[in-house]
Amino acid sequence: MSKTIIPIGPYHPLQEEPELFKLYCEGEIVKDVQWVTGYNHRGIEKLSESKTFDQVFFLVERICGICSTSHPFAFANAMEEIISIEIPDRAKYIRSIIGELERLHSHLLWVGLAGHFLGYNTVFMWAWKYREPVLDLFEMITGNRNSYAMFKIGGVRRDIENAKIPAIRKVLDMVRKKTDLLTGAVMDDPVIHARTKGVGILTKEDIREYGALGPTARASGVAIDVRKDDPYAAYPLVKWKVITATEGDVFAKAEVRLLEMYESISIIQQCLDGLLRAKEGEIEIQVREIPMGIGNGHAEAPRGEVFHFVKTDGSQYPVRHKIRAPSYMNIATFKKSCVGQTISDATIALAAVDPCYCCTERMAYAYDYKSGEKILDGNELLRLGQQKTDAMRKQLKRKP
Amino acid sequence: MNTTDIIQKIEDTLHTRIQEVEIKSTHRVSIWIDTEALLKAARVLLFELEFRFIIASAYQTKEGFEILYHFSFDPIGLIINVKVLLPEKKPEIESLCPILTAANWIEREMHELYGIFFINHPNLEKLISDGNWASGVYPYRRDHLTTESDI
Repeated sequence: MSKTIIPIGPYHPLQEEPELFKLYCEGEIVKDVQWVTGYNHRGIEKLSESKTFDQVFFLVERICGICSTSHPFAFANAMEEIISIEIPDRAKYIRSIIGELERLHSHLLWVGLAGHFLGYNTVFMWAWKYREPVLDLFEMITGNRNSYAMFKIGGVRRDIENAKIPAIRKVLDMVRKKTDLLTGAVMDDPVIHARTKGVGILTKEDIREYGALGPTARASGVAIDVRKDDPYAAYPLVKWKVITATEGDVFAKAEVRLLEMYESISIIQQCLDGLLRAKEGEIEIQVREIPMGIGNGHAEAPRGEVFHFVKTDGSQYPVRHKIRAPSYMNIATFKKSCVGQTISDATIALAAVDPCYCCTERMAYAYDYKSGEKILDGNELLRLGQQKTDAMRKQLKRKP
Repeated sequence: MNTTDIIQKIEDTLHTRIQEVEIKSTHRVSIWIDTEALLKAARVLLFELEFRFIIASAYQTKEGFEILYHFSFDPIGLIINVKVLLPEKKPEIESLCPILTAANWIEREMHELYGIFFINHPNLEKLISDGNWASGVYPYRRDHLTTESDI
């Protein structure tokens, strides 16, 4: 008689969703964290070897939905390094505008999620509502709400006509006002202070040890930002500053992201001024051949440095394409930021790193440290976090 | 510190262990070193010169397995690619984990995809493929039909 093997999971109607983080707990405290993954491995680096260079842009854009521009950005930087060309100014401004608009909508998304994890559903609704005009802007400029297909080797594929600039400025003004609202709501709320200050701390040494990047690093006082360190596109042409904080806790990470949004708005406004100075329509340099060589391209995504390494051999296809997203380095820091915390603080400590995949409530489960038994699933972890906020809110109200 | 000083310091530390230095620009440098000199190179880059580890890329050529370790010196935007070549029959190299945790996952990934063995790595288990993927079959190898027993 032949045997039939019935595979169960990771996706199965009777089982929970594929687990990403396993929190091993003793009582209330998290003793260890394991990361389990692999089900969604798409083999993008391998796929890239069978695509021509123009096609690779469409491939890498789909690595991530939220920071989708940063991958074509880094890839374009790598390719233009191999060819040794400089793109026209107008293309530089357009690239930076798209990159910064993406940073805006990504940080707004994160603020909403953080609000949700903490139990502030109004923050969640507002942040995602004010994100919509930014996505509408993208649709106006590029035709799509994400995956914009704007990049090509030598420039950009579509122009942002000067006639569209007033509409963009109008949306930016609105976003700035709403950012004021959100920043005020988050930074001054005593319960949010109590829930996020001192939680999930990463020291400067932790950042260096794990190679962490982006707002996660900047919130611990490590001022690394590819836009300043190895400037590309229009970033050296406009005035802006790198935002840092010192405490390295969840509050600092939120603060850095919120304040970065103001810098992004300022960069976009300056780039729009730049567009008015540059000649309309001059958005690319024709590239006929890609010589043999290697290129190290990096770009600052909302979550940190995206790095693409490309090796070419003179043919139409990349010989090797290594892709490293910032979350690859940042997620590992959970060993430091979650161990020793209470379970109810674990979800917000994990979310503070802004892991770049569906960071929904399904991302973490809690296990008993000694027996390995599952004790809480993702929904319950989320509810624990929200309940703690409620309890703190009541407590703070009772104080005179 | 500028790029020239940095390269000088690396050459002073590694001497004859360096096979070739390619300076593409003040921002991009590639250094080919002997496999045995990796930890020494990593130490001088990470601790003395305070570089940041970006990531490592592995690649299979006719000569064997190349690994490029990418390091960044953020204050001047310099990226140095440190390249080693491992023989095809026995691709082994010392792990960077004892001196830098950031190398942990990427070494697991390179082991999983290419079959490169990292000596002294604390837990060289699969990272990014589903648990059902067969052991000893390394998907990114060009000769993908080769299994462990043939090496």
